[in-house]
Amino acid sequence: MTTDDVVPAAPPTGVVRLHERTRSRGTPATWLRRGGLSALIFALPILFIFGVFSWWPIISAFVMSLQKTNLTDAPLWVGLDNFRAVFADPLLPTIIRNTAWFAVLALIFGYPIPLIGAVLMSELRKRKGLYSVLAYLPVVVPPVVAVLLWKFFYDPRPEGVFNTVLGWVGLGPYPWLADATWAMPSLVLEATWAAAGGTVIIYLAALISVPAELYDAAEVDGASVWRKVWHVTMPQLRGVLFITLILQIIGTAQVFLEPFLFTNGGPNHATETIMLHVYNLAFANLGNNFGQATALSLLLAAFLAVMSLVYFRLTRSWSQS
Amino acid sequence: MRFNRTTALVMAGTLSLGLLAACSNDDEPTADDTGSGSPAASADPNEPVTIKVAGLLPTADDAAKQQLADRVTSFEAKYPNITVEPEDYEWKNSTFTTQLAGGTLPNVFEIPLTDGKTLIQNNQLADIDSYVKALPYGSQFNETLLANGQGSDGKIYAVPAKSIYAVALHYNRKLFTQAGLDPDKPPTTWDEVRADAKQIHDKTGVAGYATMALDASGGWQLAAGANSRGGVIETAQGDGKYTATLTDPAVKSHLEWLKALRWEDNSLLARADLGWGEINAAFGGGELAMYTSGSDVYNALVESNGVTKDWGYGLTAIPTENGGGALTGGTLAAVTKDSTDAQKDAAVKWIDWWYLSKLQDKDQAVADASTRAEADPPQAVGTPVLPIFNEDLYKQNLDWIKDYINVPLENMLGYTNVMFTQPLVPEASVATQDLYNALFPVVQAVITDKNADVDKLLDEANKTGQAAIDAAS
Repeated sequence: MTTDDVVPAAPPTGVVRLHERTRSRGTPATWLRRGGLSALIFALPILFIFGVFSWWPIISAFVMSLQKTNLTDAPLWVGLDNFRAVFADPLLPTIIRNTAWFAVLALIFGYPIPLIGAVLMSELRKRKGLYSVLAYLPVVVPPVVAVLLWKFFYDPRPEGVFNTVLGWVGLGPYPWLADATWAMPSLVLEATWAAAGGTVIIYLAALISVPAELYDAAEVDGASVWRKVWHVTMPQLRGVLFITLILQIIGTAQVFLEPFLFTNGGPNHATETIMLHVYNLAFANLGNNFGQATALSLLLAAFLAVMSLVYFRLTRSWSQS
Repeated sequence: MRFNRTTALVMAGTLSLGLLAACSNDDEPTADDTGSGSPAASADPNEPVTIKVAGLLPTADDAAKQQLADRVTSFEAKYPNITVEPEDYEWKNSTFTTQLAGGTLPNVFEIPLTDGKTLIQNNQLADIDSYVKALPYGSQFNETLLANGQGSDGKIYAVPAKSIYAVALHYNRKLFTQAGLDPDKPPTTWDEVRADAKQIHDKTGVAGYATMALDASGGWQLAAGANSRGGVIETAQGDGKYTATLTDPAVKSHLEWLKALRWEDNSLLARADLGWGEINAAFGGGELAMYTSGSDVYNALVESNGVTKDWGYGLTAIPTENGGGALTGGTLAAVTKDSTDAQKDAAVKWIDWWYLSKLQDKDQAVADASTRAEADPPQAVGTPVLPIFNEDLYKQNLDWIKDYINVPLENMLGYTNVMFTQPLVPEASVATQDLYNALFPVVQAVITDKNADVDKLLDEANKTGQAAIDAAS
């Protein structure tokens, strides 16, 4: 039997195909005849990639969170000791507070700015492409390069770039990263600059899908630009806004790059976030806390999963109205 | 392009198999069992063996690379059964841990003295006791130094290999002169350091003093300051238990001293983001006049920060009081735990060849010194370090290479006059990096917050430190 033999003739309509599938489901022979084997073989590469690079590490993390291991010596089963260590960690309140503070600041700076930018850009008649490119450019800059560049801007001395510019209008000099109070907002400023472009593009795409008739109708009714935005644009963007909000919260809860490269958590733990703490537990002391590090990451993952579920449940009715 | 179903299925299947093959480990299976600590005699001297070894810094110049290649060739000529494959190597806390956990370290690798005890206790280094003791000078190591590479069982797991130093005070002689101070009379007490720092800042506007505050290096230098004032950051209970003493009055008084420089005199550089490399760069760039670091930092200042013989570099001993001493440190060479017996044997032969024989053998000493001195730009030769073996051999060595010494020894007298007589303090034994990691945030707080509550911060750091010690022991 050749492979071609198992291909059934195309059914004349979708209705018949549905009917046929329901009827013939069941035996391995029909599964084979329906092309189940070839489907499985086609799926194998992707199953393999996911298995090796996503699912296996996740399972390993679960296992490792119950072990004391340095990956050189034989691991020791310690039950829930790693989780107890996470809760006994005196830095736990600090890193949760710092991560939450980053998330709040990122929401204040980072959530409205791309929306305002996208709405303004969608109103433009000329050079829309140019402004899109300009908005997206920071996303293209490699993150490490961007952070090192901003670190240079944030030089706390009066001759630093930002301090010089602010000095022209009589402000500063500010300590930026060298001060516990200033450090986190400085990080968020760069993070917003770096990430806003991607969100702007998502909003722009969503704005295009808003039917033009709605604006025409609003204009006929004498609505101002502000009322058009509030009563037409925003309700139409609702679904996208929900998704970007939850994505941003999940993203900021896992912030690592900025605190790692700018301050390494300093000064005095002022910018040490949960993920940076996970990294430090695993890699800053010769690898003796891999177990505690994985336990903390699993707790964070569980928290984010629960929070996402609650969020979608709470907002479901609103987004469907 | 269109495929028929059979071709497409075959391609999908091949892709799966290809991925499977790509993910498999392609290392050669090892010839021997990875037994630990069996006697050197059990390794067959003629069995072909290949070892990977830590080579030069990734930034090393061509002259240094050529020298290493020559040394490898002559080593392989002497031991025809051994093949040596050097890899670029720079010890960094994070990358080192990753390589250690991932099993990708070269067979011979370097670690800071700080970490010897912890790695041995965690069973992460190979037992090389019998191989090291079989060396002609195997029993002549400076015992205090060798202790850093010995386990609680007394066996040798790592050997002092290079850059053994005591923490010392580095200063910019030109800034001393500009401020009206005599650069030939550097400060010898912490009070004098403070007074000089203030005078330098008042007269020149440049920060008189700076300290590392980033990462473990910030805790390391705070510990060095506390040691010099007669304190320690960890004490042994005698029954194998250790206590964190980060609240030691000496730790506190060094922090209060830094705080006074920062907020009363305004003479401390207001940067909490300086690690070992960053503070070298700031010093080389004229941003500060004095700081403490290992006595061999001049090598790095020449290699990376444009400091030359005429730059105005000065070196003096760290001030000591209340029975304190200079914190010592350095580099150990160790062997990966999964090395076979034959590889361990070859690894220790390489450690002898690359690190130690030049301290024992005139020809090798001269070859090494001439390569460094004749490089373009010349690298430092003759920077004062502590002897790995003994003072006589060290002085003999300096005599062998005297024609190539190019460091300004006349500006280092404050250190060299006392280097063999000053009291030395070893690093803490257990969870040392953790203690440093607990301390550096306190240094950062003192530099960045005028109202930092030193007592409270040290209490918290001490709890973290004690938890790390308990977890490690």
